[in-house]
Amino acid sequence: MISLAELAAIREKMKDKVAVREGSAQTRVVVGMATCGIAAGARPVLSAFVEGVNKEGLAEKVAVTQTGCIGICQYEPVVEVFEDGKEKVTYVKLTPEKAERIIKEHLVGGNVVTEYTIGANG
Amino acid sequence: MKELSLNILDIAENSTSAGATLVGISLEEDSKGILCMTITDNGRGMSQEVLKGVQDPFYTTRKTRKVGLGIPLLKLAAEQTGGRVEIESTQDEKMHGTTVRAYFDTGHIDFCPVGDVISTMITLISGHPDVDFEFNDISPRRHVSLDTRELRQVLGDVSLAEYEVLGWIREYLAGQYAQGTGGAG
Repeated sequence: MISLAELAAIREKMKDKVAVREGSAQTRVVVGMATCGIAAGARPVLSAFVEGVNKEGLAEKVAVTQTGCIGICQYEPVVEVFEDGKEKVTYVKLTPEKAERIIKEHLVGGNVVTEYTIGANG
Repeated sequence: MKELSLNILDIAENSTSAGATLVGISLEEDSKGILCMTITDNGRGMSQEVLKGVQDPFYTTRKTRKVGLGIPLLKLAAEQTGGRVEIESTQDEKMHGTTVRAYFDTGHIDFCPVGDVISTMITLISGHPDVDFEFNDISPRRHVSLDTRELRQVLGDVSLAEYEVLGWIREYLAGQYAQGTGGAG
């Protein structure tokens, strides 16, 4: 079974990287995690973003964070993407599969997945 | 809510919103199958008036909309098994905080499964890396535990929200569940 020794090893590996990452994210992916979001399936959507961002090697550039109720409960799970110098993109009714596509096409490729945005679903 | 672990996530999010620095989450099941779920925090607490209101589905602290459903949903999940919810809260300067306790009969046909409690803990820790969480899942079959204060001692300046750290926590908890017993590792 995994033990605190492995955690100590992670610390050794990470401790020099910490300073680089803090505050350096150019993109923020914000997942609504209030009652409405949680009931609609926000938890696996958040996991998909955390996993995907790290697997694609975007961890230095993209921060995945959580917030409360965004105010459009009927569209949950809702995720907002904030990029430096660009307009906010609001994705609605997400699933882990849709999250994977957003990671590949938007976060990696730079193209907004228009069909998942609130504009296309309102 | 499809599983109780989502109710836990929801209620514990209220604890962090209340400025808690320590949130205790415990699941204790006795040999008769009665499950007691406790979420306790040292946040700012609620006034007696607010405390009365939170069990009402038409109550919320938010100004934008007027429906808060977290506690009513938990109450529904507990009461449909013949259980109940108890909430204690104090705003006393030295002892402030809130404790939500829900009892479930796991043998009842309307008992909602606990579900993926590991993902709930990962979500809470990654969203609130500066808050400490103490988790225990105790039943005649197992004792699973996690205390982020212990992890913090090992990690030093490294954040609990680091991807590798979250992966370690997931594996640490999964290992304890697989073993059926707990332990500090």
